[in-house]
Amino acid sequence: MEFKETQAIYLQIGDYVCEQILLGRWNEGDRILSVRELGVDLQVNPNTVMRTFDFLQNNEIIFNKRGVGYFVAEQAKEKILKYRRNQFMDHELPVFFKNISILGMSFDELKVRYDDYIKNNQ
Amino acid sequence: MVNVQNVTFSYTKRTELLTNLSLKLEAGRIHGLLGKNGEGKSTLLKLISGLDFPKAGSINTLGFDPAKRSPEMLRDIFFLPEELPQLSLSIENYEKVYAPFYPNFSTEQFNAYLKEFDIENKKSMLNKLSHGQKKKVFVAFGLATNTKLLLMDEPTNGLDIPSKGQFRRMVASAIDESRCLIISTHQVHDLDSLIDSITVMEKHEIVFNQPIEEITKKLFFRVADRNEKTEDVIYSEDTLRGLYQVCVNTTGEESKLDIELLFNAILTEKNKIVKLF
Repeated sequence: MEFKETQAIYLQIGDYVCEQILLGRWNEGDRILSVRELGVDLQVNPNTVMRTFDFLQNNEIIFNKRGVGYFVAEQAKEKILKYRRNQFMDHELPVFFKNISILGMSFDELKVRYDDYIKNNQ
Repeated sequence: MVNVQNVTFSYTKRTELLTNLSLKLEAGRIHGLLGKNGEGKSTLLKLISGLDFPKAGSINTLGFDPAKRSPEMLRDIFFLPEELPQLSLSIENYEKVYAPFYPNFSTEQFNAYLKEFDIENKKSMLNKLSHGQKKKVFVAFGLATNTKLLLMDEPTNGLDIPSKGQFRRMVASAIDESRCLIISTHQVHDLDSLIDSITVMEKHEIVFNQPIEEITKKLFFRVADRNEKTEDVIYSEDTLRGLYQVCVNTTGEESKLDIELLFNAILTEKNKIVKLF
C-alpha cells in the first residue's frame, strides 16, 4: 500500500478497511483479517493496525469477539458513509470551494459538468 | 527491556564518544535509532548487547548486566551488525553451528524467510554470496531466532528494491508484545511504516526518545503553500511541492509522521521540540 503524504497511517489503514466494506469485499458479520495479517499485507507495524482497529471499533464499524477476531459490525456501510460524508464536508469541500472561488467558476458551469459525469458513469 | 543509565564510553582516552547517556526501551515496539554518522549509534548497540563495556554508568539488558555476557541473556539477544562476518560456511552449516545457541530458533521460519527473499539453495557458501544476499540470510536468521531483543544496524543497506518490502512484511509478522526491535538506520523511508518509536542521538547523547503516538499528538506535519501564513511553525523545508513543515499540533488532528523531517527539525530546533514533550 502506498501511503499518502499527510494523513496519519493508522487513519489511512482505516480508509482501506472501510473501502473493503463499501466495495462489498467484507460484509456485515464477516470476520476481517487479523491485526498481524493486515500488518504483514500492508507492511506496517502491527501496533499501528491495532490503533486502526481501536479507532474503527470506537466508531462501531467493526467489533471484537474475544479470542476469535474482528468482525464487520451491523450497518457498517451506513456508518462509514455517514462518517465519510462528514469528512468530505469538513475537509474536502472547503478546499473545493476555495479553488472554484479563486478560479472564478460558477455553480451553473459546474452543474453541466456534474450532470455529464452522472450520465456517463451510470 | 533495556535500561541504559548515565553511560560514558570512549575508544581512546582523549575523546568521549558517549557522555552520560541514558535511555529506556520497551518491549512490543520497533525503535528507530537515528543519528548522524559517527554519533555512536553502533557503539550504543554494542554496549547494550555486551560487545563493549561502558567506562561509567550502568546498563540493564533483559534484566542482566550485559558486560557479564551471561548465556541466559545472550540466548535472547540477536545482533545484526552492519558489517557482516566473512565465513566459509554454507547457510545450512551456519544454521547447524549457530542456531543451537538460541532455544527459540525456528528452522521453519528461517526457511520461510529465506524463501520469501528468493534464496533457494541452503548449500550456498556465505562468503560466495553478494553483500545483499548475505544480508538477507542474516536478517532471516535473526528474525528466526525469536530472541526477545533484536538489534539491527542498517538492516536495509544493500537490499534490492523488492526485498525492502519483503523485509517490512517479515518484521511485521515477527514482532509481538514480548519482543523489542532496535533498528539503527539512515534509510528512514524504507522503514517509516514499521518504526513506532523514535530515538535520536546527537553529540554523544540521546536528545529525543518518544513513541509515534506522542509525537503526532504534539507535532503536526504538513505540506503548506508558500504564501500561506502560519504561526506555530517550528521547522520548514522548501521543496518543489511546497513547504514541508513541522508545527505545534494545536487541533489534536493527527498527521503522518515524516521521520526525515522530524530528524532535521530536531537537529536545528532541538530546544523548541524537546520542550513540548
